[in-house]
This record gives sequence, C-alpha cells and structure tokens, in this order.
Amino acid sequence: MAETAASPTSAKTNAEKNLAARVSPARQLADEFAAGSLAGTVEISEVPFLTMVGLRALTGSAAAERLAGVIGGLPAGSGAVAANGDVSVLWLGPAEFLVVAPTEAHESLGGDLIPALREALGSDAGQVVDLSANRTTFELTGPRARAVLEKGCSLDLHPRVFKAGTAFSTEIANIPAILWKAGDESFRIFPRASFAEFLGRWLLDAMREYASPEVP
Amino acid sequence: MLLIPCPNCGPRDETEFHYGGQAHVPYPENPNELSDTEWSRYLFYRENPKGIFAERWVHSTGCRQWFNMLRDTVSYDIKAIYPMGAKRPDRSPDGAPETGTASTGPDSTTTGSAGPSTSTTSTLSTTAPEGATK
Repeated sequence: MAETAASPTSAKTNAEKNLAARVSPARQLADEFAAGSLAGTVEISEVPFLTMVGLRALTGSAAAERLAGVIGGLPAGSGAVAANGDVSVLWLGPAEFLVVAPTEAHESLGGDLIPALREALGSDAGQVVDLSANRTTFELTGPRARAVLEKGCSLDLHPRVFKAGTAFSTEIANIPAILWKAGDESFRIFPRASFAEFLGRWLLDAMREYASPEVP
Repeated sequence: MLLIPCPNCGPRDETEFHYGGQAHVPYPENPNELSDTEWSRYLFYRENPKGIFAERWVHSTGCRQWFNMLRDTVSYDIKAIYPMGAKRPDRSPDGAPETGTASTGPDSTTTGSAGPSTSTTSTLSTTAPEGATK
C-alpha cells in the first residue's frame, strides 16, 4: 500500500521496523475520508491501531473482581461503558467485555495493560485475548453523524434514548459492528478489519448528500 | 421483519438473530442404545405446529446468548421469552402484548404474564445444562 517498510538500517530495532510496516485496515481510504468529510457537518476518520482486549469472566466471580481492579470496573449491562481515564470497557454480553485503550497501551509498545489483565485472570476460567488487530475504529462526528448512521442502523439513535457513553453491538449497513456514542455528536464504530473498507465506503456514500445545500 | 425482545439487549431486528430450531429436544441419555429409527427421530423429526411453538434463538450480533421463545407460527406473535434450561411457560391463551417490552435484566425469564409453569405436562428433559441441546 502507500506505506512501505522503512529501509532496514542498523539503527532501527526490529520492533520499530515492524511498526513502520504495519497498515491499518482502512488505510487505503484515508484520502477519501479526508475528501468526503464536511467540516462542521459530518466528518469521518480512521483511528488506527487502538489496543483492544477481549475479556471473558463470569460476572461476580473472583476473576471478574480482579479484572475489574485492573481496569477500574466492568460495565453492568447492555449498553454500559465503564470508563477509567483513557481505558474504556464495553459490555458485549453477560460475561463478555471489550477493553479499548490507546495504541501505546499495547505490549509491543511497552504497555502493561494486557500482561496485567492476564495476570489478574490467572488460571481461573475466562479469557484475556489481545484483539487489537480484530477491529479498526472509525470516528464519525458532527451534527449530521446521527442522520448518516440512521440510514443503516435500526437502533433508536435519538439522544433521548441513545445517550453519550453507551455502546451497543449491532448491525450497521447490514454488517455486524459495535457502535459507541462517545460524545453528543461523536460516534465510534468498530467494524471487523475485513469489513472496514466496505463500511468506510458505505459511510462515505451516506455522507455525500450533506455536501449539497439542503433542499427546502 | 420480527422485532425480537432479547432478554439481555431489549428489542432488536430479527436479522441480528439466528434460529436454533425447536426447543426442548433432549439429547438421548444413551445414544448407543437407540435403534436407527429412534436416532433418526431424534436427529431429524421436529414438530411443525400451527400455533404456538417453542423454539431457540441466539442473539448472534448482540450479546451472543441463547434463549427460548414461544412464537405463534400463524400470527408470528412472540408470546414469551425465557432462558435456556427453563421449562416451557404455559401458553397465554389470549396472548398478553409482549413484543418490545423485554426487561434488560439478564435474569428476565419471560416478558408476559405467564411465568415458567411447574404444572406443564411436558415430559421433555429440562435438566440439560445451558446450551447443551444445541
């Protein structure tokens, strides 16, 4: 793609070379995202390489308590997001959670989040799985962001129902994705990596009408 | 499209779910002792009622949990939602309005007035652990 591996120089460590060579799932859409974004109306961008960790632990078990201690709490029910600093935990199921953290939290960059979670789970029943490469993140912001999503998502996205700080695993444009309302006019969408290009193009198409003046 | 009240997530589109066939079909206790006819009956023979039918669904795009549902195969009315492993509730004769009123509590057993009945005449096993009959 556009990014190529940095030429191997002796000064670069293997890790740095690997990081320079990685390509995010919607990298090829970056220019189109920039061109399709309408400042002040609706804007889209990819937030690449967020650290994501899949957690599975029975709610109320000792393992769940220890995991909650590491990340500052597990969300209680459908839609809930437990935020602790820049680490958020999304509720996916009664015993399944998704931790979303900044890129730097990843083990390969010296972060200790995943080892700490792994240690907290110990040998108990449950899972701590690095899912950072599983999904990518789209950020859809602006006053028209809700209107764009409503074209392909059957959840009630009206602010009176869908409050900032909630997240649901649902369908957007007929593909499974996690929709997280991060702010009043800001949505984070987590499609699987293989769906990233489809969903990116679908969203660009859905945004296109707002480039034209509104017909009264 | 059906609007299915998931016991964990609330009402969602039918496309988020997958169908699991008839509920309350127990795995044979001693499969090796079954004749071919009995085995094929267990594997392939399912009820096809006109009216209320107990079936399994999984919310595959949401919480990924299985649950049971009583659905009227004529009107497609959803009569009750109850957990895996629970007994089939008594069919509510007039069908209290249920769709879209699911509790978001994870332990919600039913959305109707008919709770899991203990007087059901069903002889089907309900002792299987959650998901064991899938």
